[in-house]
Amino acid sequence: MVALYFILWWEHLQQPRETTINKSAADWDDAEMKRALPFIIIAIVGLMAIFLMFSAGGVWLFSKRPQPATPASGPSPQPGSEPPGAVPPHVRGNSNAPVTVEEFADFQCPSCGAYYPELKKIESEYGERLRVIFRENPLYPNHQYSVIAAQAAEAAGLQGEAQFWAMHDKLYENQKTWSEAKDVTPIFVDYARQIGLNVDQFMRDINGEAVAQRIFQDGKRAHALGIQSTPTFFVNGKEASGDSWKPEGLRQMISEALRAAGQ
Amino acid sequence: MTPANSPSRTSISWTYLIAALISLIGLTDAIYLTVQHITGESLRCTIISGCSEVLSSPYAQVGPVPLAAIGAAAYFIVFSMAILAAFGYPFAKPLLRIIVSLMFVMTLWLLYLQAFVIHHFCQYCLLSAAVTTALTLIVLLSALRKKAA
Repeated sequence: MVALYFILWWEHLQQPRETTINKSAADWDDAEMKRALPFIIIAIVGLMAIFLMFSAGGVWLFSKRPQPATPASGPSPQPGSEPPGAVPPHVRGNSNAPVTVEEFADFQCPSCGAYYPELKKIESEYGERLRVIFRENPLYPNHQYSVIAAQAAEAAGLQGEAQFWAMHDKLYENQKTWSEAKDVTPIFVDYARQIGLNVDQFMRDINGEAVAQRIFQDGKRAHALGIQSTPTFFVNGKEASGDSWKPEGLRQMISEALRAAGQ
Repeated sequence: MTPANSPSRTSISWTYLIAALISLIGLTDAIYLTVQHITGESLRCTIISGCSEVLSSPYAQVGPVPLAAIGAAAYFIVFSMAILAAFGYPFAKPLLRIIVSLMFVMTLWLLYLQAFVIHHFCQYCLLSAAVTTALTLIVLLSALRKKAA
């Protein structure tokens, strides 16, 4: 593109200049200025566009610099006046681990799906020193099957904690498949069968009060914490925002929380 | 005689000047989307719009290049050609028509993807579609006016 503009500018310079002896120097300058003006405007806008792109990127980088570390301590997530969420919560990992990652997620959210394998890696890296709490935060109607997916996971959870996580993994691993389906119910029933659930019970629970209450309680907690997007993580009660939200940043927060806990 | 690449007249064509101003809206929009794409800020799913679904879809980039960056380059070329056309450079008008036509076809394809493949609409992409449609109408009307004259 730069070459194109250089050629146009070069062509412009090669134009025969008016040499009529009757033309005054002022007229000649005026005509020359008129010919050059569009190129000057284009150059200014081009420079402004480049400046805008780089300065916006620069401001973003500056604003995302790591904040001074103020690691929270203690194993409980966000102790305070917020609603506790569904009780008992879905926990994976060592229940006495010094660090807790509380995740608010939506099974149909593509970013949650993309983060799922990353979080699994983090869980295996930290092993017994980390526990993960999963909270339902379906972003309906933005994700049309988000609520039914949450219901499916919670209905599986009523048959056992391991069954909840099995359905959780199944939903994320096959997110693209069911997200594009016309009817997800038979797909979720098939997942229930594959993970060994009592399918009749699963079908009764999926629209039951217990499941609805769990999703509602998690939603109340998400709302109280001001969660606007998914996935959102809290490490020992401290929100992972900006760079800390990314897998490397989350690892850093977990390591800091471990150091604060003397591990 | 007027040389091929020099202005054919001294008065400014307001139609093309308006096209240039409209293309600036598209350029700003595309720059914003490019910055969002590069910084990854749009990656998370938000409650208020479907932008994250659209911008994190595989259609949001061509190889390693964000589609928005290609859009920004296209809007800048449209702006340049519209300014040159406004100042009477004859070669700029056919180039502008070709580029705007290609962008309009691309816009239709992107609207189709949002409606039927991704099932979400991104407000910034819709703004870009509106800008390209406006540019197409301007270019089309000026071509029809020229034909009628």
